[in-house]
This record gives sequence, C-alpha cells and structure tokens, in this order.
Amino acid sequence: MSTVQLNTEEIYKLLEDVKDPEIDTVSILDLGMVEDVTVSGQNVSVKMLPTFLGCPALSIIQKNVETALRQLPAVKNVSVEFLRSPSWTSDRITEKGKAGLKVFGISPPPRQMKSDGSWHVDCPYCESTYVTMENIFGPTACRSILYCKACKNPFEAMKPMIKII
Amino acid sequence: MKNESLKNIAIKELLLQLADDDFIHSYRGAEWLGLAPHIEEDVASASISQDTMGHAAIYYKLLDELGEGDADKLAHDRPAKERRNAIILELVNGPGYYMKDPDYDWAFAVVRNYFYTQAKAIKVQSLHSCSYEPLAEVAQKVQMELYYHLMHWKTWFVQLLGSGHEEAVLRMKAAIGKTMQDFAGVFSLGQYGEEMVELGLIEGEADLKKKWIEAITPIFESVGLAATIEIGMARGDGRNGQHTEDLEKALETLSEVYATDRAASW
Repeated sequence: MSTVQLNTEEIYKLLEDVKDPEIDTVSILDLGMVEDVTVSGQNVSVKMLPTFLGCPALSIIQKNVETALRQLPAVKNVSVEFLRSPSWTSDRITEKGKAGLKVFGISPPPRQMKSDGSWHVDCPYCESTYVTMENIFGPTACRSILYCKACKNPFEAMKPMIKII
Repeated sequence: MKNESLKNIAIKELLLQLADDDFIHSYRGAEWLGLAPHIEEDVASASISQDTMGHAAIYYKLLDELGEGDADKLAHDRPAKERRNAIILELVNGPGYYMKDPDYDWAFAVVRNYFYTQAKAIKVQSLHSCSYEPLAEVAQKVQMELYYHLMHWKTWFVQLLGSGHEEAVLRMKAAIGKTMQDFAGVFSLGQYGEEMVELGLIEGEADLKKKWIEAITPIFESVGLAATIEIGMARGDGRNGQHTEDLEKALETLSEVYATDRAASW
C-alpha cells in the first residue's frame, strides 16, 4: 500500500489558516504560538505556547488545529500540546501578525517598556501618537483599551508580555 | 500518601497551597463582577480573576500529573478541611449575598488584593529557582501576567489612601487592620515547610515575609502611613486545614453545578 509522504511545510501551510478565534486577521503562526511541528508517518504533533494561562480560547484553538490538519487525507492522528516552557512573549508576533492586528483595529504590542514600566502605542487607525490608556485590562486577557485623542476612536492594543527579571 | 517520599509530599503540599490560594482568591474576585465601582474596574478585575483562575488551573494540572486527580476534581470535590489556602483569602467580600443585597467592601478588596498580589509576586520570584523544574517553568509565565495585576492593585491602594478623602482613608485603614490580622497565613508553608526549604522548592517563611515587608514599606510611606507592619494568624493556619465558615459556603456555591453531575464534561 502506498502512502503519501507528509512534510512539515504542508502542515505549516495549513496552520496559516488557523486564526485566533477572536481576531480573524491573525493566524496562530503569526502570533508565535506554534513552537514546533513534527511529522512521523501519518501522525502530526504540534507543540504550542499559551499566550495567557487563563485564556479560554486555548481549547478552541486546539480543536481548530486538529480540524485543519485532518483535512489532509494523509494525516491520521493529530496531537496538540501546550507547553509550559518557553513562555510566550509578545515579541514572538511576526511582522505579518502585527499588520493583521492593525487591520483588526488592534495596535501591536511595543517591543520594550520604558524604565518606569510604562509603554507607548500609536493609534492603529490614524497613526497618531496622541493617545490615552483607558484600561490596561480589556475584553480579553491579552488586550488593553485606549482612546485616540486625534481621530476620537477608541481602540485596543495588545499588552506587551516581556520577560521581567 | 504513606509510602511516598518526603520530597513528593512536600512538592504536592506546595502545589496545593499555591493552587488553593489562587483558586479562592479568583473566586472572591469574580464575585465583584457587575458590582465593581465602575465599568473599567469591572473589566479589569474580571480579567485579573480570569488570569488567576488560569494560574490555579495550571498548578492543579501539575498535581494531576503527580497522580492527585484532575483539575475539576481538585477544584470542586475537596471539602474545606482538605483545602490549603490562607484564611485571609477565603473571607467574604462583605456582608450580604452576591444575588441579594451584597454590601461588599471595596477597601477590603483593594487591600487584600494588593497585599496578596505582592506576596504572590515574591513567592513566584522565589519559585524561579525551584528544584522541581515544572514548577519553576510555570512560575516564569505566572510572573509575566502578575506584573499587570500588581500594577493595578498598587494604583488603587495608593490612590484611595492618597486621596485625602476622609471616608476613603478611614475605610482603607480599617481594611489594612483587618487584613493584617490574618495575613501571616499567606506566608505559612504548613507542616512540611522545613522540608520545602531544605529541598530547594521555595525560600523560607521568614525570608518571604521580609521581602514582602521591604516591598510594601515604601508604598506605605508614600501615602503617609507609619510603616509598622505586624501580621498575624488570628483565625488559624489554613495550610493545615483550619478554615472558616466563609470557605465552606463558598465551596458549596461554586461546586453546585459540578455536584449535580460529576460525570458531565466542562
């Protein structure tokens, strides 16, 4: 019996279609959630990093990954595992991911915080720097709520998650 | 646990303490939903409670890996006397009931949340060098999320005490007095505390407490409070199973759904 050989490239291609359940312009790859993909025969193992430990979307993402990969006839088993280490940090978001966030109206997280622990983001709509933080916490664990004083739009920003030593 | 090594027992005890603390803390935080002082705070405290429940869940998961049963069972199906959380975290938010006339005390919430979050940050920092590798790994992630929680509660604490508003200051001082009476329970490591330290799992109670006092003293001073910080365990040590009726009632409420059908999937 001949079997079709699977390769990891194909798998990554399918993972590009697995979007964040709450932000449909950004894939889990763009978010930097996928740490490793291994293919062994017809079995695929995907190792992922949770963005936030209490994120209720994790089980949905897991299911969506399984569904996406099972589309390939050559795939028999899919295992998705969330790793404890390394920790997901917001600098894992790719440039494509940042652009996708902006399309959705979410400012990407800054790479660095200032020495006093504060950070700055610009308005995703008009690029103005004249913004105020309304709430560090937002509709999901990973987002904050801001307001642009220039274009008068409220907007969200992804929280920086940076290793603090 | 008779035939288990002391090391295993100490690891499980520590994980239970960490998990149960975050679990009941998150529950009390979630009880503010819809009742917080303003809408932004409702969003913030709900988000913090969700993170904190995630922390409890990951500690329960580590316990599951050590054969203690799954997270749902650990969270819902253990009587009060088996819980290891510190007593200060189980006390009600105030008189009344969530669904009927809740007369909750925001000053107490702010003080308890700030004190606990600062204490948790110090413990989690200590766990970075935990000799039990899975716990050291989890601690890295928890600490990143905790950064925002601590910033949030510290801001409330400083703003209410520095407001110059008489009622705010009076209520905050009363809440500080109330919280301190039982706060030493957060630092207690229970009956296996010495083993935990010897095995390199976490620093000792005295060291953790000292670091906590060092962290909060400048904040106390910044709002003009004399920084004599004396904490006790007026109602007993939750690490050894001593608890109040408040915990029993909370467990009864939160496990109501679980108890109706234990086999249901969540």
